[in-house]
Amino acid sequence: MTLNVLYFAWVRERIGLPRETVETGAETVAGLIDELRDREERYVAAFADLSALRVAVDQELRDFDAPLAQAREVAFFPPMTGG
Amino acid sequence: MPVRVQSEPFDIGAEVSAFCAGRHDMGAVVTFTGIVRDRAGGGLDRMEIEHYPGMTERAIAQIADEAATRWALGDVLAIHRHGPLTVGETIMMVATAAPHRGDAFAAADFLMDYLKSRAPFWKKEVAADGASWVAAREDDEAALTRW
Repeated sequence: MTLNVLYFAWVRERIGLPRETVETGAETVAGLIDELRDREERYVAAFADLSALRVAVDQELRDFDAPLAQAREVAFFPPMTGG
Repeated sequence: MPVRVQSEPFDIGAEVSAFCAGRHDMGAVVTFTGIVRDRAGGGLDRMEIEHYPGMTERAIAQIADEAATRWALGDVLAIHRHGPLTVGETIMMVATAAPHRGDAFAAADFLMDYLKSRAPFWKKEVAADGASWVAAREDDEAALTRW
């Protein structure tokens, strides 16, 4: 499947991109992360500590075991600091 | 229940006046305003607020909708800026209108607790000695459990 993958805050800085289009066979967010980590060191650096990350699938906060079926957009970011 | 996410400054007085105007059945309006505060040692050049366009408006609207199911609210207003802000600038505001003050206060408190941890903004402090991302506070996450 084709996904829009978005990165925010220091995740964006470590990867060097705000967003990219990804072709993936992953069934869950965790599977997608594994695929991304396999690419290059900068992805390993961004995903080094999953406890420091949060994920949204189609703009809804989800867990890392969330399924990707029918998803169009996945975003990775640190815990939010709004307000 | 208007939700605005914008880079432009807003006039808190004008917004509150407009929010209060013309209400016949709301006896209470409560507002909260967030302001950029300097670092403990001073020297903050600016705060850069990043956000997730689309999800921000949606997340704040969901929080406002949840507040409206829990309390007898006549209306909610939320405005949150993004982009570079300097010390003393107004970052955001929420306003709640209810027949009585208990609901207006509680809803505003709830909105702020949720906006802190569930609205997709990320803050970066920029100073002469470098820039650093503000870390989410455990207290803010823990605050959600009281609702």
